[in-house]
Amino acid sequence: MDCLIIQEGFPLLSFLIFFPLAGALVLLFFSDEKFARRWTLGVTLLEAAFSLPLITGFDTTTVKFQFAEAHQWIPQWNINYILGVDGISILLVLLSTLIMPFCVLASWRYIKTRVTPFMFCMLIMQVSMVGLFVALDFVLFWVFWEFMLIPMYLLIAVWGGPRKEYASIKFFIYTLAGSVFLLVAIIALYLKNGSFFIPDMMWQQYSTPFQVWVFLAFFLAFAIKVPMFPVHTWLPAAHVEAPTAGSVILASVLLKMGTYGMLRFCLPITPEATFMLAPYILWLSIAGIIYGGFTALAQHDMKKLVAYSSVGHMGFVTLGIFILNSRGIEGAIIQMINHGVTTGALFLCVGMIYERTHSRELRLATGVGKYMPWYVTFLAFFALSSFGFPGTNSFIGEFLVLAGTFEVNKPLALAAIPGTVLAAAYMLRMLQKIVWGGTDNPDQSHLTDLNMREIVTLAPFLLFVFWIGLGPQPFLDMIHTSVNHLLTQLHGIDGATVAATLLR
Amino acid sequence: MAILPELALLTGALAFFALSLSKHLDDNQVRNTAVFFGVVTFLCALISVHQESTSFAGCYQVDLFSQFFKLMISLGLVFALIGGQDLKGIDKAVRPEYYMFLFLSCLGLMSLVSAVELITLFVSLELSSFALYLMIPMRDDRTGTREQMEAGIKYILFGVLATGVMLYGMSYIFGLTGTTYLQEIVPGLKKIVSQPAAFFAVVMVLAGFFYKLALFPMHFWVPDVYEGAANETTGFIATVPKLGAVALLIRFVIMVPGDVRIIVDLMTVLALCSMFYGNLIALVQTDVKRMLGYSGIAHAGFILFGLLTLKSNGYATAMYYISGYVFMNLACYTVLSHVSEKGENLSIKDLNGLHKRQPMMALLLALGLFALAGIPPMVGFMGEFLLLTEVLKEGPRFLIPVILAAINAGIAIYYYLSVIKAAYTEDADERPGVAVNTLTKVAGAALMVIIVLMGAFPARIIAYADTAVKTIM
Repeated sequence: MDCLIIQEGFPLLSFLIFFPLAGALVLLFFSDEKFARRWTLGVTLLEAAFSLPLITGFDTTTVKFQFAEAHQWIPQWNINYILGVDGISILLVLLSTLIMPFCVLASWRYIKTRVTPFMFCMLIMQVSMVGLFVALDFVLFWVFWEFMLIPMYLLIAVWGGPRKEYASIKFFIYTLAGSVFLLVAIIALYLKNGSFFIPDMMWQQYSTPFQVWVFLAFFLAFAIKVPMFPVHTWLPAAHVEAPTAGSVILASVLLKMGTYGMLRFCLPITPEATFMLAPYILWLSIAGIIYGGFTALAQHDMKKLVAYSSVGHMGFVTLGIFILNSRGIEGAIIQMINHGVTTGALFLCVGMIYERTHSRELRLATGVGKYMPWYVTFLAFFALSSFGFPGTNSFIGEFLVLAGTFEVNKPLALAAIPGTVLAAAYMLRMLQKIVWGGTDNPDQSHLTDLNMREIVTLAPFLLFVFWIGLGPQPFLDMIHTSVNHLLTQLHGIDGATVAATLLR
Repeated sequence: MAILPELALLTGALAFFALSLSKHLDDNQVRNTAVFFGVVTFLCALISVHQESTSFAGCYQVDLFSQFFKLMISLGLVFALIGGQDLKGIDKAVRPEYYMFLFLSCLGLMSLVSAVELITLFVSLELSSFALYLMIPMRDDRTGTREQMEAGIKYILFGVLATGVMLYGMSYIFGLTGTTYLQEIVPGLKKIVSQPAAFFAVVMVLAGFFYKLALFPMHFWVPDVYEGAANETTGFIATVPKLGAVALLIRFVIMVPGDVRIIVDLMTVLALCSMFYGNLIALVQTDVKRMLGYSGIAHAGFILFGLLTLKSNGYATAMYYISGYVFMNLACYTVLSHVSEKGENLSIKDLNGLHKRQPMMALLLALGLFALAGIPPMVGFMGEFLLLTEVLKEGPRFLIPVILAAINAGIAIYYYLSVIKAAYTEDADERPGVAVNTLTKVAGAALMVIIVLMGAFPARIIAYADTAVKTIM
């Protein structure tokens, strides 16, 4: 347990987990719709405010887990309640706390039926998102990992579009089935170590076949969540049917759980297997990038377009992770945040159009630039950010990932380049159609521009687009130490195995 | 003092016998009496939880183990009584008798968990079963198809067959060891365990218990009986008697010496068959009770998983799991009994739009089903997870069974989800609202709290079950 810096005094992380839960329980008793909206906004805002001390108190020089809390939970099996954040998780925790108030704002008018249960689900969702990123005990992690399916399922199944039932069940079963083996792997690791404490499982001398099996179990679960090509098929369905807030949460936070899992578990727990299987995963990532790009290019549904672009963008993240050098991994983490910001914002934009035209068809939303200047301004910036235009956030992430890839494997990096070009193609195509359209635009004169609430919802996203795009150093500083530590350990193991093979 | 809960049940049964003689019966009065006696029994079980004694010439043992189960049985009884308080499916004229048999059945189960001698055990088992045999045909014959008769006959025929097999096995045990006291049977069996006769005897007796637990291949009665019995009766049959079955199984499996691999292997195979059979067939069910029946078969497989470790931890986890299972299922049956308007069977479609018709019941149903599906932090997940951990601890040869069991958890989610989907996403159309009184609301809330808290904080209850099971090992 010496890798924890125990938080004295106020248990900040526990508070962040259970405060929304308390807020949700209040909604069980006061079910007025107006109250529910305001209450949820208040709770998520407070939650966001309370997560800010994580930034100010975060020590960027240590590799230990900070703000840690450790309590006994089920002593018979050595299961404990252990929380903590390090450089790998800190930004993701912040992303999930900061994005929620805007999801609530985006659902202000969009959700018209069963408002209180919706808000209840949102708060429950928040509980599991924060909990998942700060859990340092595998059972605790698993609890949040699975529990999250319930609110997300309900968000899609109850407030979703026409094919909501198909999409929600597909989402649920895909994710659950994928993580079945993860559970067995967790138990197997526990039996080797006698504890579910995640850092205890890292950097142990497991036999190679054991590592490979565990790695595959991990990878299947996380790859479905990311989602990597070819197990991505649940994503477009879920995204298209989910309500705006659901899409934003799904894109911004849930997908990151997969890549977070790879960084947190695959690399440190099964390093040998990682080295062995990384080449295949890298090419799988390339396949995802290219495939996502081409499919996005062919979409007529704006939400589907953004959803497929997610497959491509997340391909960059997995590419960065499994290239296994510091540029790659740092780029991947930054890209995780970027994707959360940019794609989240794009889903919000699509939702705003949908609220006005009640359609997500690209051809029915053409030529709105004239009537919605504010809207298209925002949209333009987010679209530019999405294909990695210099000066925006995605440029930093993709550049780091590609630079890291070039260091190691040039053909691989060259293969990823078309992905960025495709991204520009599909995003500019969408932008062109929405802003100008052609000569046969439908009559859009009834459209009203964004109101204050919507501008407030989008503005912070834009802020982060430029902040990360122009001054990424503070963000990189936060993750740098942990990533370096991870890589030193990883390559130490690699060196040791190489030496062992040579000596034999 | 030691047999206080049994006495309370007996008093309850006698009171209903007296009530059944009266000509002018008030429905509310009968119902309230039943709930009253249920609560009294629970309180008695609570008071006598730390009692220890041996009585009736050493046949009847009150220890921590038996008291744990009595506590759970009485708590299950209370929830079953409240959940099915309207007895919509039972003719008004026979309701006092119905309750009388219900209490007698519970009495049988309570003495069953205390029985440490074969004859006592057999008599208790029959007492609990025969009361149930009579309760099933008491359902109103509204449809005219007399399906409750079919169910009753099926239950009794299969039951008697299973009893016969078990009795035959018991006679072997007596013949081999010369005693009917479990305490003396254990060392006696250990000496001759390598003989096929001993194996044969143990397997035959286990078969009888498997019938009660509805484990493959002794599960044939489940779907038809569940469907044919009134919703309230099914709610009871599906839950409380399983506690007795698990208690018995533990008492018997403890007799199996650790080095008998063939029995462990047999149990592993049966457990896996149960899971696959139950889950795969449940996928295509449209009747909610049938679906829950098949899901029960699958869950019985999971419970057997805990027993085949032959260790106190495994037994304790199985006890925890079955207790949780009882509450999860009672949550579902409470909803079914209330949604069913006149006591008819419900198909999944009948639950459409439940969230609008009765939000509290919809929430209870969703929570119960998610718990059955093994979604954390509910009790179903914790039980499943700890059982798998315990089994895998036994060695790498259990890796494949554990993986297969985990896959089953994945299969099961589909049919549970389809019910939740009906309750939460479909439109209610013309379906009427569901009336729920305060008592049910309180009980429903209590069930939800139990399901979540048991799952989130399993340490104390498992530690308690562990101490309990160690007292009889």
